[in-house]
Amino acid sequence: MKAAEFDYACPGTVEEVCRLLDGASGDGKVIAGGQTLVPLLVMRLARPSLVIDINRIAELQGIAADDDGVTIKAATRQADVLADGTVQRRQPLLTKALRLVGHPQTRNRGTIGGSLANADPAAEICLVSRTLDAEIAARSTKATRKIAMRDFCAGAMTTTLAAEECLTEMRLPLWRDAGRIGTGFAEMSVRQSDFALVAAACQLALDKDGVCRRIALGIGGAEASPVRAAAAEARLTGTRLEQGDIGSAMVELEAALSPLSDVHASADYRRRVAGALAARAIAEARDEAGAVA
Amino acid sequence: MSEHTIALTVNGRAYRGTVPARLTLVDFLREHLRLTGTHTGCEHGVCGACSILFDGKPMRSCLIFAVQADGATITTVEGLAPDPAGLSVLQDCFWETHALQCGFCTPGMLIAAQALLNHNLAPTDDEIRDAIGGNLCRCTGYKQIIEAVKLAAERLQGANAPAGQATGATHG
Repeated sequence: MKAAEFDYACPGTVEEVCRLLDGASGDGKVIAGGQTLVPLLVMRLARPSLVIDINRIAELQGIAADDDGVTIKAATRQADVLADGTVQRRQPLLTKALRLVGHPQTRNRGTIGGSLANADPAAEICLVSRTLDAEIAARSTKATRKIAMRDFCAGAMTTTLAAEECLTEMRLPLWRDAGRIGTGFAEMSVRQSDFALVAAACQLALDKDGVCRRIALGIGGAEASPVRAAAAEARLTGTRLEQGDIGSAMVELEAALSPLSDVHASADYRRRVAGALAARAIAEARDEAGAVA
Repeated sequence: MSEHTIALTVNGRAYRGTVPARLTLVDFLREHLRLTGTHTGCEHGVCGACSILFDGKPMRSCLIFAVQADGATITTVEGLAPDPAGLSVLQDCFWETHALQCGFCTPGMLIAAQALLNHNLAPTDDEIRDAIGGNLCRCTGYKQIIEAVKLAAERLQGANAPAGQATGATHG
């Protein structure tokens, strides 16, 4: 399998990337780590006339934290984010998820922005971004805009990015003054490094009495894009997250889900696994926050 | 299609080449440099047979275009042995524990395992499984491969121990 012919450019600035994308009139494709794009190219599911490499652009590398959140530049390698102490301390849910993203070899090359821009339904990075209400920044020759993660994924392998836009960074907001925070992540895959059939991500905050004051619960792999379990979140807020609370919230979660059905797993299987994994992720987050029910 | 001149270091040797944009790094290594130890398996990032060390880190050479490797330092399986007639400690251990049958996955397995041993000489079974998690083997069932990596770790630890405390010698 060989990619169809294309021209290659390796610009040094985002401005130049935007100009090249503009000039390609919708037929340009940005390559970062290439861990999703190269398979699409060699299978000829994508046939851009121009491939624009952003690996050597310094302004697209790095991790920065301030009082309100953590910003990760698009071309930052997944392995570097996984090993980053700031991310481990301030966005531990992302660290937990990154351990399950591909395997060491793909993480050494794959980037945060690449995973987001390709929007694979099973992508853990998309799931964490959706769960924590990440904000995506994108640039074109005309404008820079921010996209809320809930408006970013538009279906399997599809986003609301325009063909002329370059994803430049993602930002995960911090939960300030929320209480004791815990996180949990659980997924089911056929083998360790394989795509998740279903994944669940949870971040929650408990008050000093062990009552859940805030919870974000996301499910990936089940539908074409990651979803938030809003009904289950509402059901669990204000409880002590005891087994009974979680059990009844999972009934609502499973009822609200419209899972995909494919050769790997039926919709019904995915629905039940989603409930089981979400319960595990919630329990992990609860116990981490320090309130063993 | 654009063509590009690249310069890179492979197994300690400097190379230059002109490549079409769509040529993958694995095809460049095999067909331009005639380094056929790195295997082409699935060609879309699933099997791991094409694993190499790219600036010291294990990656898949089928998911990198050769043009992107301009300036890179690469180690292929040919670069693991101390000399053309010898085997590395890890390669020796693969031989001893029967960690290969058909041998197709072996170059990738060796690269993935060597990358682990380069920063961890006391890996747990789980760490070994994680390190080779992106490499498929259809013969061994992986058990002997894990044994080989553990044995190599022991020997490399021994080699670093004070004289007289070595836990095993290599041969070959």
